[in-house]
Amino acid sequence: MSRDALPRSAPQRSALRRAALADLAGLRARHPQVFSVPLRRRLLVAGVVAGLAGLALVAMVRLDFSLLRILTGLHRLGEFAVLMLPPSPEGQGLVFLKALAETLAIAFLGTLTAALLALPVALLAARNVMPNVFLRFTVKRGFDVIRAVDVLIWALIWINVVGLGPFAGALAIACSDFGAFGKLFSEAIEAADRRPQEGVTAAGGSPLHRVRFGLLPGVLPVLASQVLYFFESNTRSATIIGIVGAGGIGQYLTELIRVLEMQQVAFLVLMILVTVAGIDWVSGRLRRAIIGAPA
Amino acid sequence: MTLPLDRLPPARASALAGAYAASVAGARRRGLALLVLLLALVALAGFAAEVRPLTLAENIRNFTAYIAQIVPPLTLSNLGGDLAAWYWGLPKWLALLGETLLMAYLGTLFGGLAAFALCFAAASNLVASRAVRFGTRRLLEICRTVPEVVFALIFVIAFGLGPMVGVLALAIHTAGALGKLFAEVVENIDMKPVEGLTATGASWVETVRFAVMPQVLSNFASYGLLRFEINVRGAGVMGFVGAGGIGQEFLVAIRNFYYSDVSAILLLIILTVIGIDLATERLRHHLLGREAAR
Repeated sequence: MSRDALPRSAPQRSALRRAALADLAGLRARHPQVFSVPLRRRLLVAGVVAGLAGLALVAMVRLDFSLLRILTGLHRLGEFAVLMLPPSPEGQGLVFLKALAETLAIAFLGTLTAALLALPVALLAARNVMPNVFLRFTVKRGFDVIRAVDVLIWALIWINVVGLGPFAGALAIACSDFGAFGKLFSEAIEAADRRPQEGVTAAGGSPLHRVRFGLLPGVLPVLASQVLYFFESNTRSATIIGIVGAGGIGQYLTELIRVLEMQQVAFLVLMILVTVAGIDWVSGRLRRAIIGAPA
Repeated sequence: MTLPLDRLPPARASALAGAYAASVAGARRRGLALLVLLLALVALAGFAAEVRPLTLAENIRNFTAYIAQIVPPLTLSNLGGDLAAWYWGLPKWLALLGETLLMAYLGTLFGGLAAFALCFAAASNLVASRAVRFGTRRLLEICRTVPEVVFALIFVIAFGLGPMVGVLALAIHTAGALGKLFAEVVENIDMKPVEGLTATGASWVETVRFAVMPQVLSNFASYGLLRFEINVRGAGVMGFVGAGGIGQEFLVAIRNFYYSDVSAILLLIILTVIGIDLATERLRHHLLGREAAR
């Protein structure tokens, strides 16, 4: 695809273009519908664009946007950028590595716990497993409520229960992912192929047999790939959970930014970038292996 | 309904069971190995994350107690008065909630515009230069890997406290996330209109405008709406680092144990997020439905 990408245009060389431009009036007369957009559509587009821009203007006034602040801020950001070079751990490399390991552990445990807990509950929210409308509806709205609470808020709540530290972070990620997984899993289960399930039922299997042998083998690869995808994004979330004191690399990041130790900040950010890219790569390969494998 | 099936003779049944066991033995072994590996990783991670199940078991009462504490004292006899006491700060909170929504809107808009400007340069079917594509993609990657709260932390120091910082942080993260999705949409377009325009000698910008944009705009809008929903959630916690919105008020309430305030604000946030969720979903189905009907 990349080989035969668009040639950088060659307007002068194209005979077709010259011919078309010479006959522009004729083309207009012959294909009027191409050249004129209906007025209603034009008004609609203009209205939507004007509405969006107007709202943006109102928002900028309400939120105290000021050009002066932006310019001085950009100037100071430039100074920070200079201060960041060269990135260096300044003797704290081992501490940072330990914090990074903690971050990964939080993401891993949180994702795994959430997935294990969400699977049985998601079955209750799937139309093809749970015939009871009322129960299904309740479970689905429950997922929505849990999902609506940000992971940082969950972290604040769990800190009240188990104290400061990475354990609270893992619980927070588990909670917020439980909602997300519940929704995704139940959708995947509803999209599952009916035929294997009918086969199991026809052979005299119980509803549990149907779920275990007719449903799960089909959807597990899909679910596993979603879990891997979330593990990736949770590594990113786990880096910020330390801001409220729930462990991981975020703690150091917050402190170092506050005291303007920009070289160490740059080092930490680089560490995060490399780690996320690494996990991205590994989970991408795993995902392809799982999805590609005959389920 | 059960059909009277004839039982297999025992010899035949055991032969079939043996064949089945032999055929799944490999998969079982692999599954077992995977389980062992997973358990080892769990143990390792549990050690690193200082998991203390005993503390959890001991303090899980705290969780329920906490929930019980933040539930406001509502009595049936004095419902109106209790509600008013619970939501004593409603005007202030609604204003902050409005600010949060505006932050999310501006962040999504600015980030979306930046993503729109960058995504065509990252698409392999429109840009032949490897260097341009590589540079754009790495830029987008950095924007989306660094969490928005980290950007907010740095920007708060550079720009000062306030919602503007939250908007900028959200916008940068959004640009990275949407840029990647947009580029993928662009790479999946039908190339025939592009070839047609190239044949007439259209410039690159003209090709993008008349051959690519009509195909991708509704998808872009749908992804933008999805991102808006995510950004509403993100804007809600920007206040934790002093970057505007309702987060600051919530943090104060939770840190100072103003229990009924915690539940009041939390409920407001949940209702807003779910409302936005439902609204954008309808809008998205509408947009994509029109696309499918075309």
